[in-house]
Amino acid sequence: MKLSPDETIFWQYGIFTINLTIVTTWAIMLLLVIAAQLITRNLKTDIRISHWQCVLEMIVTTINDQIEEIGLKNPKNYTGFIGTLFLFIIASNVLIVLPWYEPPTGSLSTTTALAVSVFLAVPFFGIGKKGLKGYLKTYIKPTYIMLPFNLISEATRTLALAVRLFGNMMSGGLIVAILLSITPFIFPVVMKALGLLTGMVQAYIFSILATVYIAAAVHDSKALNKKQL
Amino acid sequence: MQVNWFTVIAQILNFLVLVWLLKRFLYKPILKAIDKRENLIAAQIKDAEVKNTHAKNEQAKFIKKNEIFDKEKKELMAKAIAETDEERQLLLETVRNEVRELRAKLESSLKETQENMKHDLAQKTQEQVFSIARKTLSDLASINLEEQIVNNFIKRLKELTKEENQRFLEAFKTSSIGILVQSSNDLSDKIQTDLKYVVNELLDDETLFRFKTAPKIISGVELISNGYKLAWSISEYLNSLQKGIPIAIIKDLEAKTEEK
Repeated sequence: MKLSPDETIFWQYGIFTINLTIVTTWAIMLLLVIAAQLITRNLKTDIRISHWQCVLEMIVTTINDQIEEIGLKNPKNYTGFIGTLFLFIIASNVLIVLPWYEPPTGSLSTTTALAVSVFLAVPFFGIGKKGLKGYLKTYIKPTYIMLPFNLISEATRTLALAVRLFGNMMSGGLIVAILLSITPFIFPVVMKALGLLTGMVQAYIFSILATVYIAAAVHDSKALNKKQL
Repeated sequence: MQVNWFTVIAQILNFLVLVWLLKRFLYKPILKAIDKRENLIAAQIKDAEVKNTHAKNEQAKFIKKNEIFDKEKKELMAKAIAETDEERQLLLETVRNEVRELRAKLESSLKETQENMKHDLAQKTQEQVFSIARKTLSDLASINLEEQIVNNFIKRLKELTKEENQRFLEAFKTSSIGILVQSSNDLSDKIQTDLKYVVNELLDDETLFRFKTAPKIISGVELISNGYKLAWSISEYLNSLQKGIPIAIIKDLEAKTEEK
């Protein structure tokens, strides 16, 4: 039994491999870009808009609202990263309704890649907002003693992000595979439905946590203190 | 369950490419469209607010103008009503005067017409009545009736008062040509003798008598001499009646008109 789509390899040359994870990711990317292109092709700035545009605007504005609610003041700067994270994970997870489809998020490599992206995005946005010095200072707050703990926190939360998403998606696929061999009717359908729900919840959790980490990095401590007071 | 580090790097690159692509094809156009629409809506709302304020001002002006207009309208209406009343009173007065004049004219005309009618009626009635009376009496006239009339004439001559007798003597005694006796029919000899006797007795003299028939005398007798005439006939009665009747009829008609 294959636990990860990484194990399905189409082409390999040394360390360079084209496996199912990468191919599926490309397919999802293509799907998202084509859909986006099709919908935004005839965008209207009038008061009356098409249904598709309305749906897309709702998604984008909801993402923006969520980012803003978490505490990022200018959500448009973060929509590209966090929105793409959310849309990619949700698209990967929702497509499990297709037969023989294996979500790329069921691969630890993918979830690790996403977690590493978040891990890199946190200092990227933090430095962008506060500067290198200002960002590095956050590691020694409130005191120097906290530096190792902060560093451990950075590493573990990245690991937690990767493993949480991978575990949930892999377990869903694994359970369906096991149930298919035991009871080929009805139960797999129920499990698929449950997998859809889990996939959506995981996409939301992953994106929200990424936003929280970025928000923590870019947040002004003085402003935060004032807000808390 | 191993991590394929090439796949990890590839997926990171894939993800970064996807971020760029979605930014390029999704977020930017969508956010741009949203911003444009928000600006449009904001502009429209602002425009609507300006228009609303303008409309409220206009409404206030309109209400004020309406109030002024209503006030002016009421004043004009009151003035017009007063003028109309005055004009109406004037016209009514004129009409009343005209009616009065017309009524006076009408009454005068009516009275005139009534007078004419009364006169015509009386005239015609009189003519008819007398025509019938004359016809009847002419038809009834006979020798016997003439004799009775002459007898009656003789009787009245006999019953003359002293004053009347004197006047009779003055009229007929000095006559040289005699006395002309006219009657509607021929008188009998006896009647002629009786008449001669009574007249001679009254005159105390022998007078010449001439007897003549005159059909226009209706049942009567006339004594004519020296331009004097003593007569008694139904025609005289009828003439007297004819003079009296129109006056009676007119009085009667006038009384009825007054009653109406």
